[in-house]
Amino acid sequence: MNGVLVILEFRGVWNRMSWEALSAGQEIAAQLHQPLLAAVAGANLDDAAADLATKPLARAYAVRHALLNDYTADGFIAAFEQLIKAVDPLVVLFPHTYQVRDFAPCLAARFGQTLIADAVSIGLDSGRPVLVRQLLQGKLNADYCHTGAGPCFASLQAGAFRADALAAPPSVPACVVEEFVPRIEASQIRSQPGERFRESAQTVDLSAASLIVSVGRGIKEQANLPVVEELARALGAELAASRPICDNGWLPMERQVGSSGQTVSPKVYIAVGISGAIQHLVGMKGSKTIIAINKDENAPIFEVADYGIVGDLFEVVPALTAAVKKAQAA
Amino acid sequence: MRGAQPPVLHAAIPLLSGRGSGPGETIMKIIVAVKQVPVRDSSIRIDGAGKWIEEQDLSFEINEPDAYALEAALLIKEKHGGEVVVLCAGPERAGQTIREALAKGADRAIHIQCDDLASLETLAIARRLATAAAAENADLILTGLQSDDLGLGQTGVVMAEMLGIPHAAIVMQVEILGDSVRVKRELEDGWFQWVAMPMPALLTIQSGISRLRYATLMGIKKAKTKEVRRTAPEQLAPPAPPSVTMQRIYLPHRKKETQMLTGTPAEMAAKLTDVLRFEVRVI
Repeated sequence: MNGVLVILEFRGVWNRMSWEALSAGQEIAAQLHQPLLAAVAGANLDDAAADLATKPLARAYAVRHALLNDYTADGFIAAFEQLIKAVDPLVVLFPHTYQVRDFAPCLAARFGQTLIADAVSIGLDSGRPVLVRQLLQGKLNADYCHTGAGPCFASLQAGAFRADALAAPPSVPACVVEEFVPRIEASQIRSQPGERFRESAQTVDLSAASLIVSVGRGIKEQANLPVVEELARALGAELAASRPICDNGWLPMERQVGSSGQTVSPKVYIAVGISGAIQHLVGMKGSKTIIAINKDENAPIFEVADYGIVGDLFEVVPALTAAVKKAQAA
Repeated sequence: MRGAQPPVLHAAIPLLSGRGSGPGETIMKIIVAVKQVPVRDSSIRIDGAGKWIEEQDLSFEINEPDAYALEAALLIKEKHGGEVVVLCAGPERAGQTIREALAKGADRAIHIQCDDLASLETLAIARRLATAAAAENADLILTGLQSDDLGLGQTGVVMAEMLGIPHAAIVMQVEILGDSVRVKRELEDGWFQWVAMPMPALLTIQSGISRLRYATLMGIKKAKTKEVRRTAPEQLAPPAPPSVTMQRIYLPHRKKETQMLTGTPAEMAAKLTDVLRFEVRVI
């Protein structure tokens, strides 16, 4: 066994989390004194292969097959199973994307391994990979050590590693991109994927907002929304929400921030009654200043907040709206 | 290097297709795998060994995505007829979650009684669940996309691998079309995709896809007479050395210095207004 293999995601364009995973791969490959390898699967990989040739890799694999044009778990598992058997890496890393969540656990299971999913950091303990994961919506961290005989499989949380930390390639050689043609039969692929689509045209572009007031479960019911709407209006801020608010239909889906909604990085993000589930944090932790108002002092949102208020939002937010209006009038 | 790879697990547990009893007949049998987890926003203490949390302080409830998986199953049953079987691995206290699921309308339950969930890797727990599910010859297996406590988001997907059946993860909508199922998968950034696959199949269900029902008084009464079959984990899967071990749990280090603003609501509001005005300058 040899090398750290990072499986990247490309669909005409790169999933940006691919480079974060590659950055994590570079970190652990250096610690293990192992070569860094990368692979991507699809039918049309010319652009992907050209990009990979410029990366600081010992080797890259273009896993090419007509049946890999559209993602299916059956196709991708079969293809990567063959690649991993051929390459025999020590560690296999993935970005923790929705696609990876669909197939990587099965792929790891084929090698008798449990995927260490959604890890936030990677290191070594006595020469074995140790990954840190968050438990209970980020309230606790846990160290997961790979103890199995096969390769260590892990996926990496969005935003946990910096894509720009990826070291520049050595000036001399381009990385070799090897063609890998897996054996896949159409009959192996049991699911039929349809076209990808968006539900409705997005008319709200939260990513352009410089000031966002965002509301979560703490608001309790739809009838209470004016409490935060008034604050947003007073500040001239866009109103956003965490997933449960949009699931309930209290605000339209296009105002949802998080892994399944929009990713925002405003100048100021005010999180009201949002506990800070990981899926929400990945969508907003790039904000320049984060302000959290929550009744639970242990809420994970305070982990990323620059300013925090522990208190009842139904008391604090109206007082804040009044104070803001007063300051504006002064 | 680390020695030979263990044998592959693919299709190690055969699942016979047991749809209906005659041609053209659609009698759905749906298994819903549920987990009992600490109530959301519980305050958590780490246990003395640093391996898990103090459970005696906590209240427990059904894992939220699993509640939506149960709801999806009950809706399918209402539309197509059939049977909903709750499958749950957990200690004695999980019986409460099972009874609540039966009160909402599930027909019967299988309780894999075990106290060792926190120390098991996904492969081990999925193997127990998959072995219990295989004996049922279900058309559909539904479960939540992830647990609120461990959050690995893979037990269902790995069960499908062990059973040798197709799956889809992060499902928003389910339609039954004869012998196949068509599901709406959630993708990133507001994208979706419909995917069709033959049954039997396993789906992991996203939270919030429908309104959850409450148990009726009649449902609660009826639940008392419904079958809960208890099995021991040893009857399902022999213990195997883990590929991954959780070594310790601990409080996360605060990466950011959070400045906490304190006082009465009015005082806190005034302090925050000063921050907005003079520090980040948005007023």
